[in-house]
Amino acid sequence: MVGPFALFKWEALWRDWPVFAKGFGDTILASVLALVLALTLGIIFGVMGSAPWKIAKFINRIYVEVIQNTPLVIQVFFLFNGLPHLGIMMPVLSIGVVGVGVYHGAYIAEVVRAGIQSIHRGQIEAAFSQGFSFTEAMRYVILPQAARVVLPPLTNQAVSLVKNTSVLALIAGGDLMYYADSWSSDNLYYGPAYVTVAVLYLALCFPLASLARYLERRAGAAV
Amino acid sequence: MESEGESERQKSGPHREGDSLIEMQGVNKHFGLLHVLRDIDLSVGAKEKLVVIGPSGSGKSTLIRCMNLLERPSSGKVIINGVEITAPKAPVAKVRQSMAMVFQQFNLYPHKTVLENLTLAPILIKGVAKAEADENGMAYLERVGLQNKAHAYPSQLSGGQQQRVAIARALNMRPEIMLFDEPTSALDPEMIQEVLDVMVDLAHGGITMVVVTHEMGFARQVADRVIFMDEGEILEAGPPEHFFSNPSHERTKLFLSRILR
Ligand SMILES: Nc1ncnc2c1ncn2[C@@H]1O[C@H](COP(=O)(O)OP(=O)(O)O)[C@@H](O)[C@H]1O
Ligand SMILES: [Mg+2]
Repeated sequence: MVGPFALFKWEALWRDWPVFAKGFGDTILASVLALVLALTLGIIFGVMGSAPWKIAKFINRIYVEVIQNTPLVIQVFFLFNGLPHLGIMMPVLSIGVVGVGVYHGAYIAEVVRAGIQSIHRGQIEAAFSQGFSFTEAMRYVILPQAARVVLPPLTNQAVSLVKNTSVLALIAGGDLMYYADSWSSDNLYYGPAYVTVAVLYLALCFPLASLARYLERRAGAAV
Repeated sequence: MESEGESERQKSGPHREGDSLIEMQGVNKHFGLLHVLRDIDLSVGAKEKLVVIGPSGSGKSTLIRCMNLLERPSSGKVIINGVEITAPKAPVAKVRQSMAMVFQQFNLYPHKTVLENLTLAPILIKGVAKAEADENGMAYLERVGLQNKAHAYPSQLSGGQQQRVAIARALNMRPEIMLFDEPTSALDPEMIQEVLDVMVDLAHGGITMVVVTHEMGFARQVADRVIFMDEGEILEAGPPEHFFSNPSHERTKLFLSRILR
C-alpha cells in the first residue's frame, strides 16, 4: 500500500516543477491584472455610490448587489459559456481576470464608499466652496484622505482576490490550481500536488495578510 | 498688499460702492418639516461688510451657505454678481471661485501642507502657474503672520493658526466676496483675537464680507450693517450704532442683553 505522500511522488513533482512554476506565474499575472481591474471598478463605483446624483447611486447599488449576492463561480461560468454566444471570444485567463476583477470590484466599491463617507463633510464643502467640481473634489481632496482609511480592508480584498483566482481551474483557466489538478489527475499524485499548491498560495497571501494587519494596527494607533 | 487687492477687484468688475453683489430674493429653505429660512430678501452691496447675528438655530449658517449654494434653497433666487446661481445649469463652480468661505471648523486639507492648502485650488481650478501661486500664497501667509509655517501640516498648528491659514487660503483665490461662518466660535478664547485682527485688517481693504459671528466688538468696529436673525427671518437690520444702542424688536433686545452681558 502506497501512501498519498510517498517520496517518489514528491520526486515526480520536483521533476515537473516547470508545470507548477507556470501555474504560479499565471496566477500571479491573473491576480495582478484582476486587482488593477477591481481597483479601477471599485474606485469608480465607490465614488458613484457617494455622488449627489440619484442615478449614479442607483447604478452603484445594482452592480454591488448583483455581484455580492451571486456566487463567483456562477459569474465566471456565465462569462465562459455566455460570452461566446454574444460573439465575444476571450482567452480563458482573460475571462478569469474579468470575472474575478468584476467580482472584487464590487467589494472594493463598498470599501471605497465607506472610506469616502468616513471623511468629514467639511472637506468636500471646503473644496466645493473653492470651485472644485464633485469629481475634482473627490480626486484631489477626498480620495487621497480616504486612501489611508481603506488601505487595510483593501489589502484584505487583495488576499481573497488571489485565492479566488483558483476558480479559473474550473474553466480550464491555466492558473496554479488548474495545472496542479491536471498534473495530478494524469498520475494520481494528488497529495504532493495539493500541498504544494496550498504552500504557494500561502506564500502569496500570508505576506499580504500580514501587511493588512500591520496597516490596521498603524491606522488604529494613529486615531 | 491691500492696494494690490483693490486694483484686482477694480479690474475684475465694474462695481461701484452700492452695487449689489449678493442678491437673495424670496429665499426659503426647508429641511424636511423644518422651515429654516422664511422668505428672505437680502441684498449685499459691493464692498459692504455685513454682520449676521442671532441665536443658535436661527438659520444664520443656512443663510450664508445658500449664498454659495452649499445649501440649495427650496425656493427663491440667489444672484451673485448678476449671475443667478439658483437657475438650472448655472455656472456654480465658476461663481464660487470668486467667493471664498471660511468655516467654523477651518476645514483645511489635512493631507496637504499649509502652502499647498493655499495653492491647490488656484493651480487646479484657476490655472495659476505653480510659481505664481506659491509666491502669492507666501505673501498671504505673511499677511496673516504665518510665513514660517508654510511647510507644516495643519495638524501641527493651533486652532487660531489654522483659521488664519484658512483665511489666507481664501484670499489666495483673489475673491470678491468672503463669507465667514462663525470663524472664531471653535477657538480657545486666547486665540480669538489673532483671528479677529486678521479679519479687521481685511475689512479695511475693499473686499465684500458677510460674517456670521457672536463677536459684537468686531461687528461694531467693521460692520456697515448688522442683521439680526430669528427663527429663519431677518428681524432687524441697520448700521451698528443704531443696532446696538436702540434695537427696535423685543427679541433683539433680549438677545443683545444676553450676549453683551
Ligand atoms: N442639513 C440639515 N439637515 C436638517 N436640519 C438642518 C440642517 N442644517 C441645519 N438644520 C437645522 O436648521 C436650523 C437652522 O440651522 P443653522 O442655519 O445651522 O442655524 P445657526 O447657524 O443660526 O445656528 C436648525 O434647527 C438646524 O437644526
Ligand atoms: Mg451656525
